[in-house]
Amino acid sequence: MSRNRAIAATLVSLTRALGRALISERVARQRGLLQALDPRVRVIGLFALVLAVTLSDRISVIVALFCAAVVVALLSKVSLASLAARVWLPVLFFTGVIALPALVLTPGEPILAPTGGSFPVTAQGMSAALLLIARVETAVTLTTLLILCTPWMQVLQALRAFHVPQDVVVMLAMTHRYIFLLAETAGQMFESRQSRTVGVFDGATRRRMTARTAGVLLSKSVELSNEVFLSMQSRGFRGDVRVLSSFRMRSRDYIGLVAFLVAGGVAVWIGRS
Amino acid sequence: MHIPDGYLSPSTCAALYAGAALGWYGGLQRIKRTLATRMIPLISVFAAFSFVLMMFNLPLPGGTTGHALGVTIASIVLGPAGSILAISIAIAIQALFFGDGGITTLGANCFNMAIVGSLVAYATYRIVAAGAEITSRRRLLAAGLAGYVATNAAAFLAAVEFGIQPMLFRDASGVPQYAPYALGVAIPAMMIGHLAIAGVAEGIIAAGLVAYLQAADPALLQSTSGLAPGATAACQPSMRHPQRRWWIAIALLLLLTPLGVLTAGTAWGEWSASSFSSAEGRARIAAASQNRPAPPVAPTGLQRLSSLWTSPVPAYAPPVLKSTSFGYFLSGMFGVGLVIMLSLALQAYLQHRRGAGQPG
Repeated sequence: MSRNRAIAATLVSLTRALGRALISERVARQRGLLQALDPRVRVIGLFALVLAVTLSDRISVIVALFCAAVVVALLSKVSLASLAARVWLPVLFFTGVIALPALVLTPGEPILAPTGGSFPVTAQGMSAALLLIARVETAVTLTTLLILCTPWMQVLQALRAFHVPQDVVVMLAMTHRYIFLLAETAGQMFESRQSRTVGVFDGATRRRMTARTAGVLLSKSVELSNEVFLSMQSRGFRGDVRVLSSFRMRSRDYIGLVAFLVAGGVAVWIGRS
Repeated sequence: MHIPDGYLSPSTCAALYAGAALGWYGGLQRIKRTLATRMIPLISVFAAFSFVLMMFNLPLPGGTTGHALGVTIASIVLGPAGSILAISIAIAIQALFFGDGGITTLGANCFNMAIVGSLVAYATYRIVAAGAEITSRRRLLAAGLAGYVATNAAAFLAAVEFGIQPMLFRDASGVPQYAPYALGVAIPAMMIGHLAIAGVAEGIIAAGLVAYLQAADPALLQSTSGLAPGATAACQPSMRHPQRRWWIAIALLLLLTPLGVLTAGTAWGEWSASSFSSAEGRARIAAASQNRPAPPVAPTGLQRLSSLWTSPVPAYAPPVLKSTSFGYFLSGMFGVGLVIMLSLALQAYLQHRRGAGQPG
């Protein structure tokens, strides 16, 4: 089992990425609060709230923004269980591991001495750790809401509306499409490799095999880019790109935009220490 | 290495967005000047390839696994401008579509991994592989080294960005507002994993991919090889003496050796036992140790071991010379000469052994 650990882990990573994308597409099609708003309002509004989270110095304000994000998630038909599994628990674990030593490493007023006084927990360390965890949890929750409630094509159209260069938007669109194709191809290559593996390989052989698989995938990628280029040329591509943008702001979009900006502004105003 | 939202202050994020924007602008302009239409699908597919490559778990010596960034192979095949765009796009999709890495920190992540990573990987590869044939084994070494150095350069930058947060952003009671660790903790914490695992993974994958391309598709290595298409290294006028640039670099470094005497204070930890006995020496130690007072007596272990070996040229300055700068320069020449002599002796020994090992 251990000999195939790396292959199995790679397959899990690839499957998880594809699975996440499918969940995003499903949630984005539902009828909810965020989905009903213009994609540009979603991008600007949620980005404003993320910025407010990073600008606020008070933990109470950040916790209030987190609660607001949970309410918005419920109104947008985003399952709290999936948010917990995808965001809250992983972020709590990773940021918690990073923040934990700050309890004793941050100089300040001792409030607790679990090891008999040699490494006391300081009030400043406790505040720093809680602030970091709250800030990262809230910011990542808001970002995930944007990702879950906005189809990728709408994100691209919104970027174009914000005057991101056309070439960049086209590359983002093409890359997104080919990620799934290449991830599927890589998954199939690893599966077929695993199904034909009987003996036990040493580390060097496994490294060579992984590098060779990556090499074949690279060759396939370059072939794919040549085919895409030829098909683009056959359809008359001359380097000019036009992205369809059919967005139209309605009254509820203006109300949503104002609500986001006011919430963010108030959070920054109250949250400044 | 993907920094999530909340770890960096908005002003740090803004500064790094500005730095990244310069790289993106430069990359786009360069691509537009060359083959824009062909590069668009190539960069897109390469960004997708880098994204998928980041999910590959590579078995590493010691039983652990790591994953590569893909920045090195992108720099080698596409060049630095194409690599900056391809890796930035991969990072943007990770942040905007998969929620890996933050939105406010997107500029920082692109600056560290896509821009600095691409430039360092490309420069290292070109310097180490200078003049080598497309199929040369030196290109494998160059790719491996480029991957290792680029990953660690990007990680070091991320560590510095983390480490300056508590210095710059604290509230009135001293609570750090963002990443809580100073440089002294952030740099070792970040670098140990990257020096031991992530850099090795990137180096192995880059060298493995270059080996694959040498055998399967050497044309992909041509554009950044520094060799004219169809020409061998021997035909390249600038590559007839590939060692010349190394000699020039060594000469320049030798000329710069007296710069060491211009730096203020003492190097931390490079104290002799006698430094502790004088008030002036202890003051220098304290100044280099965040004003913590030095002990009045040298530690016993330091006293005992420091007398084991006495250098013939103490402090890089022979006692007969009055000018410290000239002493530095002479010491530099002597040291470089010694290294070159030892290298030549080792080379002669290895050639002798190889000759003795061949039949007939």
